[in-house]
Amino acid sequence: MSEKKLMKGNEALAEASMRAGMKGYFGYPITPQSELLEYLSVHFERRGGAFVQAESEIAAINMVYGAAGAGERVMTSTSSPGYSLMQEGISYIACAELPCLLVNVVRGGPGLGTIQPSQGDYFQAVKGGGHGDYKVIVLAPNSVQEMADFVYDGFDLADKYRNPVLILSDGALGQMMEAVTFPDYNPEDHLVDKSAWATRGNEQGIRNFITSLHIQTERMEEINIGLQQKYEEIQMKEVRYETVKADDAELLVVAFGLSSRVVHKAVDLAREEGMKVGLLRPITLFPFPKTELSYFADRVNNMLVVEMNAGQMVEDVRLAVNGKIPVEFYGRMGGIIPTPGEILEKIRGLYQLHNSEEVANV
Amino acid sequence: MNEEIIIAGFGGQGVLSMGMTLAYSGMVEGKEVVWMPSYGPEMRGGTANCTVIVSDNKVSSPIINDYDAAIILNQPSMDKFESAVKPGGVLLYEANNIINPPTRTDISVFEIPANMEAVNLQNKKTMNMIMLGSYLGVKPIIPIDSILKALTQVLPERHHHLIPLNEKALRRGMELSKLPTEKEEA
Amino acid sequence: MSDPILEGVQCELLNEMNTVWEKTDSLMDTPMHYCPGCGHSVVHRLIMEVVDELDIRGKTVGVAPVGCSVFAYNYLNVDMQQAAHGRATAVATGIKRVLPDRIVFTYQGDGDLAAIGTGETIHTINRGENIVIIFINNGIYGMTGGQMAPTTLVGGKTSTSVFGRDTSTHGYPLRIAEMIAPLPGAYYVTRQAVISAKHVRKTKKALTIAFKNQIEGKGGVSFVEVISNCPSGWKMTPLQSNKWLEDEIFSFYELGDIKVPAKIKKPEITSTEQ
Repeated sequence: MSEKKLMKGNEALAEASMRAGMKGYFGYPITPQSELLEYLSVHFERRGGAFVQAESEIAAINMVYGAAGAGERVMTSTSSPGYSLMQEGISYIACAELPCLLVNVVRGGPGLGTIQPSQGDYFQAVKGGGHGDYKVIVLAPNSVQEMADFVYDGFDLADKYRNPVLILSDGALGQMMEAVTFPDYNPEDHLVDKSAWATRGNEQGIRNFITSLHIQTERMEEINIGLQQKYEEIQMKEVRYETVKADDAELLVVAFGLSSRVVHKAVDLAREEGMKVGLLRPITLFPFPKTELSYFADRVNNMLVVEMNAGQMVEDVRLAVNGKIPVEFYGRMGGIIPTPGEILEKIRGLYQLHNSEEVANV
Repeated sequence: MNEEIIIAGFGGQGVLSMGMTLAYSGMVEGKEVVWMPSYGPEMRGGTANCTVIVSDNKVSSPIINDYDAAIILNQPSMDKFESAVKPGGVLLYEANNIINPPTRTDISVFEIPANMEAVNLQNKKTMNMIMLGSYLGVKPIIPIDSILKALTQVLPERHHHLIPLNEKALRRGMELSKLPTEKEEA
Repeated sequence: MSDPILEGVQCELLNEMNTVWEKTDSLMDTPMHYCPGCGHSVVHRLIMEVVDELDIRGKTVGVAPVGCSVFAYNYLNVDMQQAAHGRATAVATGIKRVLPDRIVFTYQGDGDLAAIGTGETIHTINRGENIVIIFINNGIYGMTGGQMAPTTLVGGKTSTSVFGRDTSTHGYPLRIAEMIAPLPGAYYVTRQAVISAKHVRKTKKALTIAFKNQIEGKGGVSFVEVISNCPSGWKMTPLQSNKWLEDEIFSFYELGDIKVPAKIKKPEITSTEQ
């Protein structure tokens, strides 16, 4: 374990990527992600890595395709408009089943939008994002420490499932500084045999090719069935979430990433006022903690989803809850982070509303 | 201890680095810290601010409603953040840069002539360290030794020769905030 | 057929002494899907012959584009990646940067390299990636059914320029090789054809130089353009299409070396003669 360092989220992620055995990085400057590119441009080549500042996000993601196909640990990072540009390439990567790490330091949209933090890319992140039926494993950090930690997990998951993994961050997590330590991680211990598919020259006698084209529909359906089985396995095995004061909660607030930090504070404040409120924070957004939410739907009176968007994850929460209890939403858009006070206000309203309804029912 | 501070002013006044120094020294002291900047075009000549949280416990939200202390270096920031100081909190401002001083009476207000003092120290860039010293004079949450240790980390090595000057600025700032202000005299 | 007499005749014919041509090892023993008369199959063969002659099959990785040659990996028995439309050189960059000791080539058509992938083409060359780019230029979108390409000549009739390419609305044909030759990252730029034995030999020589450049790490892209035909797209017989090349195309797309190491041989295109 390294000593504590005060670092920006973007820098911590960049440092972790090198420690995780990354061999190639391909990126394009965009605020609020550029520190990642800048940090790697200083340190990565010195440590033997391949660093390319591409001519566009489109080129960057296709360089990732090539280098991932060559069997090395590779990464790209961007922010919202750049992630949109990468979608075609990500769809190809998902179909060709190439492991790689993607980072989206989300900013406010749509369009050119703002450069302030947002969670408006949730749908794009968890529903595939590009064309066709595919999924990307999505990890949502909520601290600088997790910006680093999820890099190791991300590479490992990508290799394990031969699937792209996305770290869905936001401008604030990228820019803010917190203390961070880097775990002892020896990439050599995490090497996966890729000889059955990686295109590294067929010296060993096995000839590999990588493609996402299967012109016969029956074959393409088989490929799709295989992908869906993989996603089901991921849904079964890889769900991660965290709860805070949820055991006796009557109102459960659901939030991910940065908003979960703000909600945590609001929950603490609500508890001080005697309200039984808890937090469930999905850490993996795909796979989504459906079963866990369904479990809580049988135990709490209602749920509140807080996001920095117009209401995206709330749809998945409602699917998981399946109409058992009311699921309310509170969100801010365009790069604005809700304050603990705003959320507390919303909690008070919902809590009192439910309690007064109960009184009325009696 | 849980101290939530807003530092705000123009880009170029050393707002972000002042906050970073404070956060770093908090970490040196073994505290939990968060440094959250405003960023983007604002940084280039416009207003800049950062939130610093230093706490004995894990920090939940880096976004907060109101602050224990505000260090204000220009008028737009005063207009924005005067109302965001908790009742009983502290507001320090740089004298030269403020036209309309704060009017609140439920907080402790300190006017610091940091610009003038920086000129006396023959380096205008020490203004932010004078303000930081003033803050620590009022709220000694971190010993000055830890601040100096943090400076060796925050400043690039080529600027390490400036650490003695920064120490002077910090100590001068501490003295300034301990002097009674005009208001208190009246 | 198990006619003992015929079998005897075949054995006689398949005598080593009678061999005039042998499939090179790296070319798969598969019938190709290309139309009769199309140049792709010839270039495929030449690349694999060069790969075998230079003994680099074990460390060669090819990148196939979107276009007629999207299935190139079915014929070229080396490790291959199929790339998104226009992105072959970006994919090749990714491979070469993490595996610098491998030999990497792209095989792209004119729609791929000169339209949707223009940005990648120019920037890959400008970075001086040590790769081989093989550019098959037949002046048309063959796979999607014969639409106008950026390389279609003025007046050229295609399914999206049925009255002929009109410069007032369609612009002018791009001479990509001349365009990229001045870039410092372009090490070797040549334009060849495969319509006759003579042309085929020259193309093979150019490919050999290109791959050797990469092996020797000359620093920069080796760019081999092959002017090819598309009898189906052009609505011609293979013979007519070859004649069309000689009569009409080569005067605009002049054959020969455009840049040999660090020296642009023909900075201006004036002559219509080869």
